Amino acid sequence: MSDGWAVVLLVGAVTIAFKGLGPVLLGGRQLPPRAAGALSLLAPAVLAALVVTQAFAAEGRLVLDPRAAGLAVAAIAVWRKGPTLLVVVIAAGVTALVRALT
Amino acid sequence: MGLFGIPFGILARDAGMGALAPVLMSATTFAGSAQFAAVSVLGSSGALAAAVIAAALLNARYVPIGVSVAQDLPGSWPKRLLLGQLVVDESWAVSARGDGRFDRHVLVAAGLLLYMAWVGGTALGVLGATVLPDPETLGLDGAFPALFLSLLAPHVRSRPALAAAVGGAAIALFLIPLTPAGVPIVAASVMAILGARGTAA
Repeated sequence: MSDGWAVVLLVGAVTIAFKGLGPVLLGGRQLPPRAAGALSLLAPAVLAALVVTQAFAAEGRLVLDPRAAGLAVAAIAVWRKGPTLLVVVIAAGVTALVRALT
Repeated sequence: MGLFGIPFGILARDAGMGALAPVLMSATTFAGSAQFAAVSVLGSSGALAAAVIAAALLNARYVPIGVSVAQDLPGSWPKRLLLGQLVVDESWAVSARGDGRFDRHVLVAAGLLLYMAWVGGTALGVLGATVLPDPETLGLDGAFPALFLSLLAPHVRSRPALAAAVGGAAIALFLIPLTPAGVPIVAASVMAILGARGTAA
């Protein structure tokens, strides 16, 4: 078996297990209120961490590149309650523009 | 965001994975960042173990994410296992109601849509869809932080939620230069769960 196929098999098995663990073990069951309360803060924390890693990380380093300009304009659009699609298109446009100019 | 399936297909083909393996990987793994990481590590160093570990770290966040949606996925366990695979950052975020519960119909619809776009895009990529411009020229890498910011906005209406978001961002910023990719996000999720337990107790 080539390494390519081994990666498909191993990464697939690990990911399916990670994604399936909670639903298979706890699926459909009511969580105790304390656990549910703790998990309610998962979305803001993970989404904020994703914003930061997607905007400022590159190959294990902190960087300031055109993505930051896109994010800054996106933040204004989000603050002005722009719809998600508009926010994303504006951010991509600004990122592309700054990249083309620098 | 299925457009990124195309560059993934191109990258995987160039890494010597052939045409079928990348498409099958998108169909079974369905997690963009981990697939990019695994294939680029394999393509640059050829180290199988390093490629698998990089992908596993990036996908470790799906353990707590999977636990959070579990109570809203009913049915037999094979059905729950299958529905759990449709969870990606975007489908999870749009289906979150903000109180820790999830709309199963939104989750499944968004998950299926993203799945088809991702697998279809990968197929186009391996078939040599080079007529499309480079995603970086289009600024598509700048679309992701904006997407997550827009998905984050409705989740920070309470003080604890705002604190969790600021804390998550701060931990991620701190850990980006110190740890492999994926660890900053897992650390942010652990902080949120422990922090919430602390305030509830």
